[in-house]
Amino acid sequence: MPETITAPVVELTKLSKRFGADPPVDALVDVNLRVETGDWIAIVGPSGSGKSTLLNIVGCLDTATSGSYRLDGIEATSLDERQRAGLRSREIGFVFQSFHLLSYRSVLENVMLADVYRGERPANRRARAQRALERVALDHRAHFLPTRLSGGERQRAAIARALTGSPRLLLCDEPTGNLDSATTATVLDLFAELNEQGMTIMMITHERDVAARARRDVRIVDGVLTEQL
Amino acid sequence: MTAQSRMSARDLLNESLSGLFARPARMALTVLGTVIGLAALVATLGLSRTTGNRIVERFDELVATEVVATPRPSASSAGAAALPWDAGERITRLNGVVAAGTLSKVDVGDRLVSASPVNDPQNPTSFRLTISAVSPGLFPAVRAALATGRLFDEGHSQRTDRVAVLGSAAADRLGITRVDQLPALRIGDETVLVIGILEGVARQPELLSAVIIPEGTARTLFRLASPALAVVDTKIGAAKLIAAQLPLALRPDDPRALRVASPPEPTRVRDAVQSDLDLLFLVLGGVSLLVGAIGIANVTLVSVMERTGEIGLRRALGATRGHVAAQFLVESTTLGFVGGIIGACMGTLVVVIVSALNTWTPVLDPMVPLLAPIIGALTGLVSGTYPAIRAARFEPVDALRAGT
Repeated sequence: MPETITAPVVELTKLSKRFGADPPVDALVDVNLRVETGDWIAIVGPSGSGKSTLLNIVGCLDTATSGSYRLDGIEATSLDERQRAGLRSREIGFVFQSFHLLSYRSVLENVMLADVYRGERPANRRARAQRALERVALDHRAHFLPTRLSGGERQRAAIARALTGSPRLLLCDEPTGNLDSATTATVLDLFAELNEQGMTIMMITHERDVAARARRDVRIVDGVLTEQL
Repeated sequence: MTAQSRMSARDLLNESLSGLFARPARMALTVLGTVIGLAALVATLGLSRTTGNRIVERFDELVATEVVATPRPSASSAGAAALPWDAGERITRLNGVVAAGTLSKVDVGDRLVSASPVNDPQNPTSFRLTISAVSPGLFPAVRAALATGRLFDEGHSQRTDRVAVLGSAAADRLGITRVDQLPALRIGDETVLVIGILEGVARQPELLSAVIIPEGTARTLFRLASPALAVVDTKIGAAKLIAAQLPLALRPDDPRALRVASPPEPTRVRDAVQSDLDLLFLVLGGVSLLVGAIGIANVTLVSVMERTGEIGLRRALGATRGHVAAQFLVESTTLGFVGGIIGACMGTLVVVIVSALNTWTPVLDPMVPLLAPIIGALTGLVSGTYPAIRAARFEPVDALRAGT
């Protein structure tokens, strides 16, 4: 794969984020980070260290105060709200600690929800969702309500939802925070498998065991990011 | 070039409706206020139209075409007769008059009326009866119907013929049923011949229990000074005009000597009562609509707070703030719209049921039930504005971490 000519999936250059004015709080200070295609990076750090701010900005949910953020070669800092929303829906698949499945809809409908904001034709959505569920080996639960699934199955459904649009980046916020260790292992196995297939994964966690499964490991303390070697 | 996030109208409607129908009981309770408000409005407007229609049905043609003129009591002392003898003719010349005549009660003192020459103390045949003197024009003016015989005319009056027409009740008391033999009647010492018996009158019903003689005869026999009353039958709609012209036509020298009774206006009186009631119900409907609107605002706000997680998720999946706001606006608008439909149905049903119970014809402007859902939707739209703004302002990551 000619990686040299493709832009990195995520490229942060001297990225800073400052909140408030009196007194200002520096959430991120001159963060530099390159995440290449097929990478799997874990971001660890204590709470309040700037992890969620970083997640916000990488996920195009917030903008930086200064510096540059390129997502798949596109300068995201200069985009307006609608364009960032478009970027979120096409380039990024989100996975959350508390799954965020709508309890009144079946697993399949939950996965199909991801296509609503992409403007995908309704006729294609079912087949796309079905394929995503097959990828996480949950197709046999397609018509269950999320409340009837185990924690691990719920997270796999959420991952399937993140995968439908074939995103460039899987952005995970404490994906195993609500799971027991056995289920955590199966979810991490799934991440490993997806990563083997070429999926780029960014994963925020505070668990060292989880971070250890990633290819790379960066640590963030008081808004300053350092690479663990 | 980056593609913008987009959401089709169909998807927006779909997402909003499934959000609503996920909590059907809450939806039903939320809609209740709007339902009651709009049902009250529709029912009030419908019932007011229905009763208005009923008043028109009951429009009293007889009352609306009657004008009565009498001398003003204070003016009669002036000496000159307040009503002229030719009042009937003068009035008939006015445009819009169908018939007119004069009527007076004749003062006959203690004189009794008898149909029999035999004076039987055991079985009295003499009665105290009202003697009325009328001009021939009065009969059409009161719409008299004849049972048998004939009415007297201008000739009888001018010749002071001793003839009489009996009211049906008077004829019963006197025992007179036929007039082909011209039965004689004694009024005190005077004899008159009965030439006709009335079956009924539409106005001045006391004529039915009276002995009616021509005015000319009454002047000669009983010294009738002047007519006491002029009765006018007008064309429909002319009564007010005739009432205004009457004093000048009869007494150009002193129009104030006459008092004219124009038709009473029962519809207007009922209208006043009705509109007071309508106003009350409209206010009640408005208040419950307002309460309904507050209910929708409240529940939508609670729903926004409960669904922070869902809002964050949708933002992460590519929804803009606008998409989120639109979803909650469509939800609240739908609540109002559904409330409007149910309210319109219930209001219409109330109109139909009340009409059926009273055997009225239900009348409802079709625009009223059709507008109700639109008003409901607007109410929902306004109610949902603040919650939608709140939902749009959520920071997605906070929402994602807080929610379930």
